[in-house]
Amino acid sequence: MRRTGRGSCAALFLFAAGCRGVYSTLDPATREAARITTLHWVMYWMCAAFFVAMMTVLAVAVSRQRRSETPEGDRRRSVSVAVAAGISTGLLLVLLAASVVTGHANVAPAGAKALEIEVIGHQWWWEVRYPARSSAHDVTTANEIHVPVGRAVRLQLSSGDVIHSFWVPNLHGKKDLIPGRRTSQVFHVEKEGTFRGQCAEFCGYQHAHMGLVVFAESPRLFEAWLDRQRRLASEPAGGAERHGREVFLSSPCVLCHTIRGGGAFGHKAPDLTHLASRTTIASATLPNTPGHLAGWVTDPQSIKPGNRMPPNILAANDLDDLVSYLRSLR
Amino acid sequence: MSSTARSLPVEQEPDLGGTEKERSELDRAWRERSGFLGLLASADHKTIGKRYIVTAFGFFVLGGLEALAMRLQLARPENRFLNPDLYDQIFTMHGTTMMFFFAVPVMLGIGLYFVPLMVGTRNVPFPRLNAVGYWFYLIGGVYLYSSFFANGGPDAGWFDYVPLAGSEFSSGHRVDAWVQIINFTEVSALIVASSLIVTVFKQRAPGMSLNRIPLFVWSILVTMIMVIFAMPAVIFAAGSLNSDRTIGTHFFNAAEGGDALLWQHSFWFFGHPEVYIIFLPALGMVATILSASCRREVFGYTAIVLSLVSTGFLGFGLWVHHMFATGLPQMGQSFFTAASLMIAIPTGVQLFCWIATIWGSRPRLEPHLLFVLGFFFIFVIGGLTGLMLASVPLDLQVHDTFFVVGHLHYVLIGGAVFPLLGALYYWFPKMTGRFLGRRLAFFTFGFLFLGFNLTFFPMHELGFMGMPRRVYTYLPEKGWGPLNLLSTIGAGLIAVAILLFFVNVVRSLRRGARAGMNPWGAETLEWATESPPPVYNFGRLPVVSSRSPLWEEKELPVVTGLRTDRRELLVTHALDGTPSHREEVPGPSALPLIISITMSIGLIGSVFAVLWLPAGALASIPPALAWYWTEDEP
Repeated sequence: MRRTGRGSCAALFLFAAGCRGVYSTLDPATREAARITTLHWVMYWMCAAFFVAMMTVLAVAVSRQRRSETPEGDRRRSVSVAVAAGISTGLLLVLLAASVVTGHANVAPAGAKALEIEVIGHQWWWEVRYPARSSAHDVTTANEIHVPVGRAVRLQLSSGDVIHSFWVPNLHGKKDLIPGRRTSQVFHVEKEGTFRGQCAEFCGYQHAHMGLVVFAESPRLFEAWLDRQRRLASEPAGGAERHGREVFLSSPCVLCHTIRGGGAFGHKAPDLTHLASRTTIASATLPNTPGHLAGWVTDPQSIKPGNRMPPNILAANDLDDLVSYLRSLR
Repeated sequence: MSSTARSLPVEQEPDLGGTEKERSELDRAWRERSGFLGLLASADHKTIGKRYIVTAFGFFVLGGLEALAMRLQLARPENRFLNPDLYDQIFTMHGTTMMFFFAVPVMLGIGLYFVPLMVGTRNVPFPRLNAVGYWFYLIGGVYLYSSFFANGGPDAGWFDYVPLAGSEFSSGHRVDAWVQIINFTEVSALIVASSLIVTVFKQRAPGMSLNRIPLFVWSILVTMIMVIFAMPAVIFAAGSLNSDRTIGTHFFNAAEGGDALLWQHSFWFFGHPEVYIIFLPALGMVATILSASCRREVFGYTAIVLSLVSTGFLGFGLWVHHMFATGLPQMGQSFFTAASLMIAIPTGVQLFCWIATIWGSRPRLEPHLLFVLGFFFIFVIGGLTGLMLASVPLDLQVHDTFFVVGHLHYVLIGGAVFPLLGALYYWFPKMTGRFLGRRLAFFTFGFLFLGFNLTFFPMHELGFMGMPRRVYTYLPEKGWGPLNLLSTIGAGLIAVAILLFFVNVVRSLRRGARAGMNPWGAETLEWATESPPPVYNFGRLPVVSSRSPLWEEKELPVVTGLRTDRRELLVTHALDGTPSHREEVPGPSALPLIISITMSIGLIGSVFAVLWLPAGALASIPPALAWYWTEDEP
């Protein structure tokens, strides 16, 4: 493995920027990812050393000019092969031990105080729920997950259709979302930041655009966010927003989307109660701006071909007001 | 039909070619039919082997063009060259083509061509069945590509995970095409496997005891035994998926008590051994090329044979490392980690033995040796990244990313295609009587080595940067553009290399320098006959008394007493290769083609209506009856 972060970044210095950042497996933000990164470098250096040693011996073997055919030489070769096999076996045992220890530490149970978050995979978006003691206080959102720093987080993963895989490289490895099964993942975030993730199991046409964003915040900010998300949708303030809501309720939007407190109860598509509080739309594919929102509502199929949202033909002022209404759902 | 021949006289007769009279009788007895219809009837293992190889390279080109299309699409973010619908078909076709229609069949073809020659026999034991295998493979491929060109290419991945590949999420006949070609390719592989296993166990030249079998033959033997155990798993899986899709069973439907993970277990129980089915013959090629290049026996024969056999066993104990992210219990995962790391030991032992073979031998730097050295470089990297994938925590990070794409191409192209091209350079003189161009072969290697590393090395980095596999595009802000562009440029170089290879083959077929019987001075029996070999392989069957018959013996002793006016094979004992009896094999016939067509009509028709299946079976009865009828003719 002469590749990997630091090694190949030294060789390919042009791309050094790629070794750090919001998608990197080598820039951990949790205890779990940090352990994996340590294991990564242990394996990387052992394998690199092995590779260099092997290629050196091979190069010497090919370029040696003396041909020798003696019983003495045969015995020496036997011993060398046996020693090499022994050393390799030893290295493999070290790798096995390192791997099992890391793996064991990373599946330690989270404890009772862990924050529970349910993530349900759909073609091609993520439903995210924060269950509360009473179901009236449940929070449902989509594609953006907020987590507090310093507290264990347990994700309960399931799927609404096909197999997906939850993966935010800075936080942890992958975990599949499998129909008919429940899987879970535990991590402890140790630093604040915004991290991006993406579905990692091929799930159909828009597998490529099934992204998500994770915001790791201080517990205070997190609680404030959760409180806001628990509220019902705000009443439209002006005439444009009120008209926008009428447009929403009289169009096919209501068949699939929910706006709690806004009179829409569809369950096939992302909950829009607090849409304007999210930074992205279309499963973390587009920034949440009025222009992108209008484009997405009008013609989602040219942005993400094959996705489940139909195009909507709306008069210009209807569209403007609809966007104003959606932008008011903070 | 057979007569006891334990006391067949073994004479110190110098002429392996036989007398003029014997040769003309053999020519008449083993003659293939002429004309176009004769082509359809061939039952010679060399003809069928060559057909496998040529057809496989045809599919290799198709799979390669698909790869180029994908690389063009991924060259920059948000590219609109391919839409997701086409991209999904193309990546599925690429994987399916390369695994089922190139890598395995090309190894089967080389095995079919060379194993009978290397063990010193005239043909495989079931020549007509063998022909059925090839026709099945060809028809399956034609069917798959007809579907693809009619916008019906499978699009749920070559792994077809349910429920995505089930009828609810993949309606229409796209996935059905994948499900059916499994029957075609796997039946064909099973046929070759049974032919070659019997060839190796029962038809070796007298004196070729188990411990004198050439290493390439050992590698093919282990591979074919793996085929026998692995292929039924995928036939079962595809059959269950087929019945889920067509008649509404619930093998994989969680809502009705089925299980989506059952698919993954049965698919990977085949899928991982599949990698070794492709890779083990390549190991045999490496050993063969090294012994000829270094002009000495490969070091550590016994260790290498035991390594091959243990790889064959361990290869079945790794499949769960494709499923670490599904949330299996920790203890089970550790077991599969250990098994996945352990398989590095037999592979390592072989690598060490080969380096010991090279050490102090002053090898001749022919192109085939260069391909083997390229194999060392690339395969060792692929093997080491494989260790990272064996480790559960690390795997969870890099699983299903471009890191894995990089890894698997390092293993399969480095581990199989490099030795394969080396072996073709090495064996081309035997198969055609002419050498491949040496200079062009060096250029092929140069472009391939450079292009390969440029294409696939950056993919490891892309994996660490978070790029998942099987995405038709990616957002610009993710920063994956530059490395992807580099990779696409590398793919162009690979295309140049493959083009050079084909130019070389075409030119050499017409104008290549003539090769003698044993141009490399090699040790094994295929070099003891003319280049190309006559249809009956050897005028008189050789008798061997060492592992390197052509080095140890000035003149090979030969078997006499076999009839030359009939298609007779000499059957020997499995353990020590002592002669047992003579066996007559059937000759060329069009029946294999006819029965392949009638059965294919049933299988392909069943995609559209189940009744075609019994119809195809009924239509196969007359040719089957005719087959049995002719079997008893003298």
